[in-house]
Amino acid sequence: MIDSTTNLNNPTDGEPIEMLLNMGPQHPSTHGVFRMVLWVDGEKIVRAEPHIGYLHRGSEKLCEGEQYHQVITLFDRMDYIGNFNNELIYCMAVEQLMGLEVPERAEYVRVILCELNRIASHLLYVGTIGLDAGAMTPTMFAFRGRERIQSLFEAVSGARMMHNYFRIGGIKEELPGNFNQMIADLLPLLQVDVEESDKILTFNEIFLSRLKDVAPITSDDAIDFGWTGPCLRGCGVEYDVRKAQPYSVYDRFDFEVPVGLDGDCWDRHWVRIQEMYESLSIIRQAIRQMPDGSVTSPLGRRLVRPPEGEVYVRAENPRGEIGVHLVSDGTDRPYRLKVRPPSFCNLSALQKLLNDTWLADSVVILGSLDIVLGEVDR
Amino acid sequence: MSLPFLTLTIGIIDVAWMVVSLLAMFSTLSFIVLSLTWLERKALGRLQLRLGPTRTGPMGLLQPLADAVKLILKEDIVPTASDKAIFWIAPVIVVISAFMIWVTIPGSQSLVLRNLELGLFYIIAFAVVGILGLVLAGWGSANKYGVLGGLRSAAQLISYEIPVILVVVAVAMLAQSLDLTVIVNDQSKLPYIVLMPLGIVVFFIAGLAEVGRTPFDIYHAESEVVGGPFVEYSGAHWAVFFLAEYINTFAIAALTTLLFLGGWLGPFLPGIVWFLIKVYAVILVIFWIRGTFPRLRMDQLMAFAWKTMVPLSFYLIVVTAIYLYFEWPWWTLTVMSSLGLLIVGYIIYSIMMAPVKKIADIKARQQRMKLERSKMEESVGAAANVK
Repeated sequence: MIDSTTNLNNPTDGEPIEMLLNMGPQHPSTHGVFRMVLWVDGEKIVRAEPHIGYLHRGSEKLCEGEQYHQVITLFDRMDYIGNFNNELIYCMAVEQLMGLEVPERAEYVRVILCELNRIASHLLYVGTIGLDAGAMTPTMFAFRGRERIQSLFEAVSGARMMHNYFRIGGIKEELPGNFNQMIADLLPLLQVDVEESDKILTFNEIFLSRLKDVAPITSDDAIDFGWTGPCLRGCGVEYDVRKAQPYSVYDRFDFEVPVGLDGDCWDRHWVRIQEMYESLSIIRQAIRQMPDGSVTSPLGRRLVRPPEGEVYVRAENPRGEIGVHLVSDGTDRPYRLKVRPPSFCNLSALQKLLNDTWLADSVVILGSLDIVLGEVDR
Repeated sequence: MSLPFLTLTIGIIDVAWMVVSLLAMFSTLSFIVLSLTWLERKALGRLQLRLGPTRTGPMGLLQPLADAVKLILKEDIVPTASDKAIFWIAPVIVVISAFMIWVTIPGSQSLVLRNLELGLFYIIAFAVVGILGLVLAGWGSANKYGVLGGLRSAAQLISYEIPVILVVVAVAMLAQSLDLTVIVNDQSKLPYIVLMPLGIVVFFIAGLAEVGRTPFDIYHAESEVVGGPFVEYSGAHWAVFFLAEYINTFAIAALTTLLFLGGWLGPFLPGIVWFLIKVYAVILVIFWIRGTFPRLRMDQLMAFAWKTMVPLSFYLIVVTAIYLYFEWPWWTLTVMSSLGLLIVGYIIYSIMMAPVKKIADIKARQQRMKLERSKMEESVGAAANVK
């Protein structure tokens, strides 16, 4: 008990003196509005307590009040770095519920845009992990490539982010006339961008020493935590929904699933870099195979009223496996819509990862999980 | 005239001269800092595929002035919980120690405020005082990030002071003097970079750590301690820290030039021009490093200081002593000191190459798994065919 006789300046019990450090929600490297309460002993983290919920917007509940087509915009705003991937998973859910055939050309357009979005998302990751580790320049290199992709997105959908371009049963409209030319111009530049952001960081000696052997996790633990995506593949588990349960037209492409070995921060980084190269190869194949034909939904402009029933679909987002559980009661609005966000599950291991690390590691570990708070909090 | 009156007059003239020259030094250094901020923005911009400042004046040359005006006009916020006296005195300590170093750094043979016999000793002594200011700034601002940053700066600067001092000792042994003018003139035949390549590497790296430049900007790392000791400072106070940081950067570049690159010596051009060319070249290297490298972690930083830099600088002293004692030809020192550099370089290279080997392992394993899978599929297919 503390009273007037206690000498606060002289802790005699020999316990380590812990300082409570509140990191966030307003901190430059918490990737948005994430909050970590850290108990630090000098530079060492003794305990950590993550707090989420600062970006909670009630997206899932909002979905119940909107018509099926209007929900797409809400999905755009969940994982706001991988918009197209999010639109895709929702459209797939409703399509599966209705048993809708999507025009083949639309499937190819979706795959191309999703893979471009994956590259854009991973480039953003490269930029942020660079900043977390203290390097400014990779951000700029990565953003150049991301900017090029976003210009293409703008030409296609009219918006750089929050595209609202996919529709249930197809996409909104035919691609612009010069799309083939644009993407033919973009791909070589993008290859260079990816290579440069790879070269400037991945094998840098200081970057290696900051990320290698930091916060390793075994594959069993990772699976127990529900990890998916590049984080899980970094532990050496070769699990990719695009391969394990191919959706859309992913079974028609030839691509590798890069995996790491140790499951530390650097392996997660390396997996993401390799994935960008694989995505580029998928895009090239998709452009070669893309058929002509209609892209718009067979539904036209009619209201969507799926039959009564429920469905669970999953897809590979840049951050991992996203799942959508959709329950329909036959009206024009979803009865219940539950999202299984990859960031949330990946983030759940943070407390374990942060144990006994250095203070400077905490931001790198958080960065290597590559979370998007919009998706964690929904 | 009586003698006391004469001495008094001389004293007054002396003091007046000192005030004038200090003012001259202050304004020159301020101008240099302005030029450095512009140069850093431009250089970093070019490295990062940007333009840097373009709107203020031709090529953005007036940007430093705009920055200075903005910083001075800003509200100077003092946190309520802070220790006011310490909070106010800390920037003063930092900036005074930064300025005092320049009293004895010569720009050319005669362009020096006061050339001291123990010039190097004086510089090192004052460089340590600045640390005190940083620790006080962190402590006084009553902010946990500030305290962490201040303690980090103390640990970092004290450990990197040692390699700096040891290299300086080696240089002093070579020149047989601590006087910077003598050291430079001794390099008229061969600059010390040729004699001691190891020396300039150790000195430059430790110097980067000394002024808290990338990759050693740990005590004000924005990604974790958000500015460290400076986190609560704003407006003019922050500008003062900024000023001191750039003066220190310039001082480290100038010392590298004086100790290893032959100072103001060079053909055709006047001494001060050569000096400035060399110093700005070194500074551009510092900016280049900032645009390339990430930041080390605290424990790695300390390990690097005590396990690499200190032994290397001891090695340098021993080698220099052997060279001086046996009076071997000059190239023996080059060879001996390059040897240390090569060994350390090889170790760092092998660390960098380790993941490359590991990736080869991963790829081989993946290939194996793929083969096994295709074999399995084949056998399953064969079994299906049999049925």
